Amino acid sequence: RVSSDGKPPKFQPPPKPVIIDRKTQKEERRFLSPEFIPPRGRTDPLKYYLERKDMIQRRKVFNIPEFYVGHVLAVTTADPYASDKSKRFVGICIQRGGKGLGATFVLRNVIEDQGVEICYELYSPRIQAIEVLKLEKRLDENLMYLRDALPEYSTFDVNMKPVPRMDHEDIPVNKLQVRMKPKPWSKRWERPKYNIKGIKFELPEHKMKAAQKWSQPWLEFDMLREYDTSKIEEKIRKELREELEK
Amino acid sequence: SITGACQAIQKLTRVRVVDNSALGNTPYHRPPKCIHVYNKTGVGKVGDKILLAIKGEKKKALIVGQKMPGPTMTPRFDSNNVVLIEDNGNPIGTRIKTPIPYTLRRREGEFSKLLAIARNFV
Repeated sequence: RVSSDGKPPKFQPPPKPVIIDRKTQKEERRFLSPEFIPPRGRTDPLKYYLERKDMIQRRKVFNIPEFYVGHVLAVTTADPYASDKSKRFVGICIQRGGKGLGATFVLRNVIEDQGVEICYELYSPRIQAIEVLKLEKRLDENLMYLRDALPEYSTFDVNMKPVPRMDHEDIPVNKLQVRMKPKPWSKRWERPKYNIKGIKFELPEHKMKAAQKWSQPWLEFDMLREYDTSKIEEKIRKELREELEK
Repeated sequence: SITGACQAIQKLTRVRVVDNSALGNTPYHRPPKCIHVYNKTGVGKVGDKILLAIKGEKKKALIVGQKMPGPTMTPRFDSNNVVLIEDNGNPIGTRIKTPIPYTLRRREGEFSKLLAIARNFV
């Protein structure tokens, strides 16, 4: 470079890099899979501790992504009777059940006008890969009403490309109101016991009012039914962090 | 009122014929019903043979999909699906569009012709 005096230019230290510590930010918003939280009961916590150890071992070997009900997943399982020994199924997650190693999730899809649901076990060694194709939470935690909804709400293309995720922050909530087939349904979804917000009820007013007869407004104030999981969750998060860092 | 389809297949369950045979697809004022299950228990699961009453005739059929949830990792269909079959095991139709569970492949010997017609597997 041409300098003004003929002397070398004054040394200017490089600008300090701005370090955004994403690790601490991420850990605040950590997702804890619901099957880690032990159910309320009188069993020995040692049993759940041993199960959690096995679950963590499995997670170290095989990556189980973070997913909620309403996500569209593609699961490849090993099957001796399939061509290439493995089969792939794409579907929307309707529910996540079970605790511990027996945790399951049900995927639903409509193929050739036939609704198909498969219940997979998260920690089964037969599962070879789980990919999240579309990240999207719904208004409810249980989408079993999709069975009685019009089939267009459950159809997902088998060769769907994974939708790219913009932020590493919030998971979008899809406030879709689903239209149903005419009654009778497998369950009376209009009743307040199911507390479903994702259906567009096109029932007459008097039927909706009659369904409210079965509402139990005292349930939310029932103290014996309370199960506060915040402390348990913190302990389990700490455990997970320690184990995964090893 | 008409009740919803029952879980596993037993006598008098209405089934849905899934292949493209003439018997299965021509409309009739009564739906095809099961009248006998070839099983020690009277309950038919996927892969069992049953006797159907279609259009006033008796025909054997094979269950390919049921509404009742089975073992985990096996598919559960939204309707009880059935494929029409002759007495010796040959299917009557020529194509099966609806998906068929992979578990039927275990009995390749008996159902080889059926699996050859099937298009989609789940």
